[in-house]
Amino acid sequence: MTSIAVSTTINGDDVEFLCNADETLLDVLRNRLGLMGAKEGCGTGDCGACSTIMDGRVVCSCLVLGAETQGREIETIEGMSEGQDLHPLQAKFIEHAALQCGICTPGFLMAAKALLAAHPDPSEEEIRFWLAGNLCRCTGYDKIVRAVQGAAAEMRGAKT
Amino acid sequence: MRYESPATIENAVDLLANSDGHAFVLAGGTDLLVRMKGDDFNASLVVDIKSVDGMGQIEETADGFVIGAAVPCAALSEHAALVAAWPGVVEAANLIGSTQVQSRCTMSGNLCNASPAADSVPAMVAANAQARIIGPDGRRTIDVADVPTAPGQTSLAKGEIIEAILLPKPGARTGDAYLRFIPRTEMDIAVVGAAVNLTLDTDGTVQTARVVLGAVAPSVVVVDAAADALLGSKLSEDTLKSVEVACVAASNPIDDKRGTVEFRNQVAGVLGRRAAAIAFERAGGQS
Amino acid sequence: MTFDPSYKEQGLKSVGTRPLRPDGVDKVTGRARYGADFNMPGQLVGRVLRSPHAHARIVRIDTSQAEALKGVKAVVTAADLPDQSNGDAATFAVLDNCMARKKAMYDGHAVAAVAAIDASVAKAALKLIVVEYEVLPHVVDVDVAMAADAPVLDETVFTTGVEPAPKTPSNVANRSEFGHGDVEAGFAKADMIVERNYKTEQTHQGYIEPHACVANCNSDGTADLWVCTQGPFVYRQVCADLLGLDVSKLRVTSSEIGGGFGGKTHVWAEPVALALSRKAGRPVKLVMTREEVFRASGPTSATSIDVKIGAKKDGTITAAEATLRYTSGPYAGMWAELGAMTSFACYDLENVKTVGWEVVVNRPKVAAYRAPSAPMAAFAIESAVDELAHKIGMDAVDFRIKNAASDGSKSSYGPVYGPIGIGPTLEAAKSHPHMSAPLGENQGRGMACGFWFNFGGQTCVDLNIGADGTVTIAVGTVDVGGSRASLSLITAEELGIPYENVKAIVADTSSLGYNDMTDGSRGTFSSSMAAISAARNAIQVMRERAATMWDISVDDIIWEDGHAKAVGATHDNLAPLSVADIAAEAGNTGGPIAGHSELVADGAGVSFGTHICDVEVDPETGSTRVVRYTVIQDAGKAVHPDYVEGQYQGGAVQGIGWALNEEYVYGADGRLQNPGFLDYRIPVCSDLPMIDTQILEIPNPNHPYGVRGVGETSIVPPLAAVANAVSNAVDVRMFHIPVSPPRILAALNAQAKG
Ligand SMILES: Cc1cc2nc3c(=O)[nH]c(=O)nc-3n(C[C@H](O)[C@H](O)[C@H](O)COP(=O)(O)OP(=O)(O)OC[C@H]3O[C@@H](n4cnc5c(N)ncnc54)[C@H](O)[C@@H]3O)c2cc1C
Ligand code: FES
Ligand code: FES
Repeated sequence: MTSIAVSTTINGDDVEFLCNADETLLDVLRNRLGLMGAKEGCGTGDCGACSTIMDGRVVCSCLVLGAETQGREIETIEGMSEGQDLHPLQAKFIEHAALQCGICTPGFLMAAKALLAAHPDPSEEEIRFWLAGNLCRCTGYDKIVRAVQGAAAEMRGAKT
Repeated sequence: MRYESPATIENAVDLLANSDGHAFVLAGGTDLLVRMKGDDFNASLVVDIKSVDGMGQIEETADGFVIGAAVPCAALSEHAALVAAWPGVVEAANLIGSTQVQSRCTMSGNLCNASPAADSVPAMVAANAQARIIGPDGRRTIDVADVPTAPGQTSLAKGEIIEAILLPKPGARTGDAYLRFIPRTEMDIAVVGAAVNLTLDTDGTVQTARVVLGAVAPSVVVVDAAADALLGSKLSEDTLKSVEVACVAASNPIDDKRGTVEFRNQVAGVLGRRAAAIAFERAGGQS
Repeated sequence: MTFDPSYKEQGLKSVGTRPLRPDGVDKVTGRARYGADFNMPGQLVGRVLRSPHAHARIVRIDTSQAEALKGVKAVVTAADLPDQSNGDAATFAVLDNCMARKKAMYDGHAVAAVAAIDASVAKAALKLIVVEYEVLPHVVDVDVAMAADAPVLDETVFTTGVEPAPKTPSNVANRSEFGHGDVEAGFAKADMIVERNYKTEQTHQGYIEPHACVANCNSDGTADLWVCTQGPFVYRQVCADLLGLDVSKLRVTSSEIGGGFGGKTHVWAEPVALALSRKAGRPVKLVMTREEVFRASGPTSATSIDVKIGAKKDGTITAAEATLRYTSGPYAGMWAELGAMTSFACYDLENVKTVGWEVVVNRPKVAAYRAPSAPMAAFAIESAVDELAHKIGMDAVDFRIKNAASDGSKSSYGPVYGPIGIGPTLEAAKSHPHMSAPLGENQGRGMACGFWFNFGGQTCVDLNIGADGTVTIAVGTVDVGGSRASLSLITAEELGIPYENVKAIVADTSSLGYNDMTDGSRGTFSSSMAAISAARNAIQVMRERAATMWDISVDDIIWEDGHAKAVGATHDNLAPLSVADIAAEAGNTGGPIAGHSELVADGAGVSFGTHICDVEVDPETGSTRVVRYTVIQDAGKAVHPDYVEGQYQGGAVQGIGWALNEEYVYGADGRLQNPGFLDYRIPVCSDLPMIDTQILEIPNPNHPYGVRGVGETSIVPPLAAVANAVSNAVDVRMFHIPVSPPRILAALNAQAKG
């Protein structure tokens, strides 16, 4: 198999990598770039644990080919905090105990970040439907929804 | 496996036409990549059409809408004119998968995947949508209903690609709706789907109607008897009952992991009736 | 120093607060390392070949082509995992489940495995392994498997626990019986009797992280295993047994664990990964796919349960009886027995009898799932109890309160209860605003109770005090849901220091003595007991050091508020010494300061919960939504209330999923039809309302702070609570879980037909 050379942007940095045609973005992040924050819960788009943001839209990185990221902008969980400063969503997830095992957390954070970018003041129902592609088996979602509500309020407050 | 991302549609057609038969168009990849993970899947070439010029655009023309084959379903709901014209089609397309899947999946992919349970297909068929196809022998336009031929099979020849989905401009007093049944609220494949598209006369009676069911047969079922029941009516209880009965009669499902025959038949009737009521209301009808 | 674990009422400073968890930042930044997030130099990719048949004799396996493929470094079959069980049936079952020997017993049973330089070579190699099967008749349904004409899975299975012992083999592995009194006499006194059969389908724990490990066997006989597990010490023991390794030479490091719920208390592919590594001479990483997780790792039992309960008009239950049939997969377990034990545990009964039948079938080997076996039994019993209350015209809560067990009741499974929470949770439910809130159209309310034993077990903890007075506590119970925060709180409490000064870590198997696994809700209960004991030992050491520093008798030193204080008239002018003061001098007073504890934590303290559920049912489609849900449960003492609430909510939602939509669907060929999250439908965020919780604290007399296990009970009541709510919404009783839309609609149709 001949490898494909890809140039892309990940968390604001230029990144180049080689990958096989059938390798997914998730494979590339985890196995080639050492960015293991995105998790593989299913590999088939059903769990959202691998969520990343591509050109502003949240995607399952297990359903994106590495080769497709040529010239795109990718955001991963590793780029969410700025230096030592956690993103409000990250801080609220800890504060609200919105994680138990935490395997789903990076995916939820990426999806929630995309949500708040599109809808700064989402209703509970909007939050729940937006996050329906992110499975969590530990929490029953209650504290996750509250953490997103808390972060949304804080981020709106910070803007005004 | 080889990956190509051509910039022109001709180039894409060439690549596919000259392939060994194990070549696939890649749109959103939400079906194709899932299949690729299977141990028995075998592809020699994947042609990504997302870099092809114009494929990612929704164009509003005098005749209607031209939706490029690479337009992700999430973009449909961001197009105000399209939402206003075909709320049922957009709803159906937006039901596919999760937010993440919406960022990627396309109506053309939904159509070409040829699953009996595809959500956008009944709505497109009800709306009289067409598919513009380009291939080694040039372009042709066919009804969306004629693309899938059997589960997993399409009428596309080797080298052919759907370039765009064409939706007509809806006439005055037109409304469409799509409902599906799933056990959860999200992330399920339709157990039953029902789409209705109807236009009212100036007096508020139904002038034209199309009723289409999904997931209850190998491909979508156009229920003429239900449409006939709607014609000339103002959606009385009796009319709705007739729509329901016609949908149950037309439903021809199988028992599988997602539902039983009995359940699907009954729910096809319920959803057909409910979708008709929504479409009627959207058309401005008053019963 | 002997450790006194008994409960003492005291003002608590740290325990009961809600500080930020210590592993939070790692987990929200993607830095925490789970099973699949670890790599070793030169590591190979391991993959397992699995049977496509539900039941088949393995006639021949030819691995030669796979071995010849470039990049393949090892291929293993059962021959590479020879039987070293010495006739121990349980060990043999684990071995046979890891790698089928003579027969494939279920769709997904491992038959061979490869290690190759990358995933594509491994995938190609699997296709080159030739397995010749002789397909045998199979059986997956519990009632069918018990029938006389069912295909027998294992000719060596003769039902135990029946007299006289059967002479022919069958699929019924064992019979168990519990109870007391005379049920026949009791039924004779009843004014009203409800007798029903209930069924529940098989579900999966559904943890989001698939099983993953990196195994490395060295030529010198040492080995390492990095793995997501609920029990590194247990994995070490089992893997060493299966591979013939010395226990002390196998080091197991538990990764962060992405959910387990019991499913990661059993080994699956880990011994195979070790065997591959041993053969290849290189480390092997083996990560299951989601499909493999569903097909080949621990689901629950499917069940068929008969219940008969009789009561007087005044609401007194006179007799209760249940026959419980549980599938166990191809190998016998104790699942029916657990079901039989827990069935009537909520009630104070004069006459009660339960019989459990353990049935082998061609499904994956059953694994523990959160309060294993109790939810199905509770569904059956709590449904019948509800129906009986309706029949005699009594409020469902009052009926339960009247019959609830209490301090001094003889439980249906034997022991006599101490102070317990069933009565209080029922009283709390009765007065909860949820109970009296108005219901909308097509809505119904249900409630149900649940019980779980909770376990203690072997536990070992090391507590080390740093030179600056901060403390690390190394535990051997894996943190599945915030226990490091809870254990830090407990340690801080006992030492009298701030939470921030304590860091809890999970140690590997070479760094700490043996620990049972994190199951049976034992993690916080038992490790906190050991942590308290270790802290008390460290305090003793610190008092001695203070004595040296002050040159006074240790008997004149007390420990208070995190300080050594000199007492007695002569020492009044000595300023108290903090942990940091004492630690700073440790080098001059006898070296590093530590406290250890090894104990068997007894008296975990049984736990009860009562749930209230409102559903809305679309009578035309059977579609059901949970619109309001309340969990009331006794925690003994909530160490970190956030994580106690989290356990209540998470368990309740797993139960809701089980009740509504989750089930293994088998085809006529015995193959699993839905091995993925698209069709194995666990609840998604939009399916649910907020889950309200109410924590009751009835102290466990056998724990210094009164802590009980909290992790499991919450999954027990929901099946019945949801089913009862559905029954009340559409006025038709549901006997088969999940109460999926097709089942509800079919029940409504049947009722309409009369
Ligand atoms: C988690 C998840 C949930 C889902 N839920 C739903 C759901 O609720 N409802 C539903 O209907 N579907 C669902 N799907 C299936 C899938 O998302 C849809 O079918 C989607 O519309 C496919 O579009 P795509 O662009 O991703 O297709 P792709 O995967 O890119 O392609 C699908 C097939 O069509 C072919 N193809 C694509 N575009 C063209 C073209 N322009 N010309 C010719 N051939 C083409 C491809 O070669 C391939 O064989 C789900 C999938 C996932 C992973
Ligand atoms: S791993 Fe990508 S959605 Fe589950
Ligand atoms: S916290 Fe464990 S899956 Fe969400």
